[in-house]
Amino acid sequence: MRREAPKSLADYAPLVFPGLMLIVFFVVPFSTMIAVSFFQRDPAGFYTVAFTLDNYGRFISLFFGRVLGFSLMLSVLVAICCVAIAFPFTYLLTKQSRKVQTVWLVVLLSVLSLSEVIIGFAWSTLFSRTAGITNLFVWLGLMNEPVALLPSFGAVLTGMVYQALPYTVLVLYPALVRLDPTLLEAARTLGSSPVRAFFNVVVPALRNTVVATVIMVFVFALGSYLLPQILGRPQHWTLSVLITDQAIYQSNMPFAAAMAVFLVLISLALVGLTLFAGRKENAL
Amino acid sequence: MNFTMIDRRAVLGAGLATAGLLAMPTVLRAQDKSLKIGVYGGYFKKSFDENIFPEFTKATGIAVESIAEPTGEAWLVQLEQAARAGQAPADVSMMSQTSTLKGQSTELWTPIDEKRIKHYGDLLGHFINKYPDGRVAGIGAVAWYITLVTNTEAYPTAPESWAAFWDPANADKLGLLALVSNSFLLEVTAKTFFGGTNALDSEEGQIKAFEKLAEVKPNVRLWYRDEAQFEQALKSGEIPMGQYYHDVTGLAAADGQPVRSTFPKEGGIQDSGNWVVSRASEKADEAHVFIDYMSQPSIQGLMSRKVGTAPTLKKETLDLTPEEFAAVSSEIEPIIPRYDLYTSKSDWLNQKWTEMIAG
Repeated sequence: MRREAPKSLADYAPLVFPGLMLIVFFVVPFSTMIAVSFFQRDPAGFYTVAFTLDNYGRFISLFFGRVLGFSLMLSVLVAICCVAIAFPFTYLLTKQSRKVQTVWLVVLLSVLSLSEVIIGFAWSTLFSRTAGITNLFVWLGLMNEPVALLPSFGAVLTGMVYQALPYTVLVLYPALVRLDPTLLEAARTLGSSPVRAFFNVVVPALRNTVVATVIMVFVFALGSYLLPQILGRPQHWTLSVLITDQAIYQSNMPFAAAMAVFLVLISLALVGLTLFAGRKENAL
Repeated sequence: MNFTMIDRRAVLGAGLATAGLLAMPTVLRAQDKSLKIGVYGGYFKKSFDENIFPEFTKATGIAVESIAEPTGEAWLVQLEQAARAGQAPADVSMMSQTSTLKGQSTELWTPIDEKRIKHYGDLLGHFINKYPDGRVAGIGAVAWYITLVTNTEAYPTAPESWAAFWDPANADKLGLLALVSNSFLLEVTAKTFFGGTNALDSEEGQIKAFEKLAEVKPNVRLWYRDEAQFEQALKSGEIPMGQYYHDVTGLAAADGQPVRSTFPKEGGIQDSGNWVVSRASEKADEAHVFIDYMSQPSIQGLMSRKVGTAPTLKKETLDLTPEEFAAVSSEIEPIIPRYDLYTSKSDWLNQKWTEMIAG
C-alpha cells in the first residue's frame, strides 16, 4: 500500500484529535512542571513565581547522583531481565495452538489488572519470615529455618520484573506472531539446531523489536515508586520515591519538579543514545 | 481503623477519599447561626459528624457544616489564598502544629480571646499555640501518642526506654516512620541521650542527634510511610518492635493481637492539631463558642472515649476512669515535637535525614 502525501488541509484533520489530546495531557502538564521547577520554594507556603536555578543546584550532589545512578541501573536491569524471560516465553507461546495462546494472554492481562500496591504486599508476604516461601523450603527439608528474604535488592528486582513482565510479553507478541516461519525452516534445512536457529535467526531478525521493548520496560520501571519502598531498604529507594517525598510530604513542588525534569531528560538521552547506536549498526 | 493525621494519610487513596468528601459538606441543621468547620477527612470527620457536632448544635443552637480537609499542607495553602480574596472556605479548621506556625507568619489566624474560653486555665500548656507577641493563634483540638510498641511473643517483657532501639540485640528488628517530620526521632534521641529536646536548639545539637540516630540504622528493618505495612508486620512478629500509634495498638491488643504499646520512661511522642480561625471568617463569635465548647472537660472525655484522642485538659479536671485515661494518654511527661524546626529548617533537616537513612 502506497501512502499519499496529504494535499489539502482536510487531509490533516485526523491529526487534530490526537494532537489535541497530546497537548492537553502531555504538553501542558509537562510545561507546567518545567515552569514550576524554576519557581522559588516558599517553606511557609507552597512556592512563589520566580526564576531560580536553586532547585537544580540542590539536585547536583553526590547523594542525588548516586540515587539517580541506582534508579537507572535498576530500571536497565529490570528491562533486561524482563526481555530475557519474556522473549523465549513469547516465542514458545506463538508455537502453541490458538486456544492455548488465548488462555495465556488472558492470564497475563489479568496480572495487569493488579495494582502496584497489591503486587508489593503480595510479594512482601511471600518473602516474609513468618508466612513466606522459605517456610515451604523448610517443610521440604531444603532449609533449617525460615528466613526473611526482604527487604533486599533481590526482592525489589523480583517485584518489578513481575510487574513489567506482562507488558513485555504483550509488546513482543505481535512481532513474534508475525515472524515469517520460512526463515526458521530455512535455518533448520541448512542443519541448524532449534536453539541455534532461535539465537542466530529469530533474535537478530527481531533486533529492533527487542531494543524497542527494552526501552519501553526501562521507562516503565523508572516510574516505579511503591515497590522499592515496600520491598527494599532505604538504599534501594529510587529517585521516584524521593520525588514523591518532596511533592507530597515536604510540599516542595519546585524541587520535586526539578528532579522529575532531570529524570525525564536523562531517560530521554539514554533512549536517544540507544536508538542512535541501533541506527548506526543497521547502516553498516 | 485508620486515623490521626496529615502525614499518616498515605499517598494512596487519600486523595480520592478526600475529593469525594469535599464534594459533600454535611449540613446538620439549617439554622440562623452556623459555622463551617474543617476537620481531617476520613476517620476524624466521620467521628465528629456522629458524636460531637450534633451535641454541639443541640447545646448551642449553632448549626455545623463540616468540611473534610485535604491532606498535607494543601488546606493551609487554600485557606491562605482564599483569605487574600476575603473568603473563608471554613471558619474554624483543625490544623497541624507546623501548619499553624506557618499560618502565623502571614497573620492568617484570628487571635483567640482567652477570656472567652472558660477552661483556658485548665488546658495543658503545649495545647496553646501563641503568636510571638503572646496572642493566642490556636487551641488544642485533637492529640495522639506515638509510643514504643512490641510484639508480646517476641518480647515477653516490655522495654522501658526508647534506648531499646539502640540495643545491638535488636538488630534488624525495628519498624520506624520514614520521615523526619512524622517520626520525631530526633526529639526522641535528644530526650533519651542529650537531656531533652532543647539539645536541638543549635545546628551542632541537631547534627549530634543525627549522628546518634544513625547508630540505630542497623537495627531497622523497615522505614515505613504507610502504617498498614508496619501494623501487619508487628502483629505477625515479622518486625517485632518499633514506633506506632498508642490508640491503634491498644485496639489491636484488645482484639487479641500479640502487641503492646509502652510509654517509655522518657515519655511517648505527643502529636496534635489545633483549632484555628481564619482571619477572613466573619463568625469569630460562633468560633469562640465552638472552641470553648470543645475545651470542656466533659467534651474532652467524650472525645477520648468516642474518637480516641488524648485530652487537651489537665487530668484532674477530667471525668475519665484510669482505664479510659490510659487507653489514650499517660501521666509521663510527653515528648513534644520541635515543630518550630520543621517550619524554619525543614529542607535542611529533610535533606540530612534522607542522606542519613538512605546513604
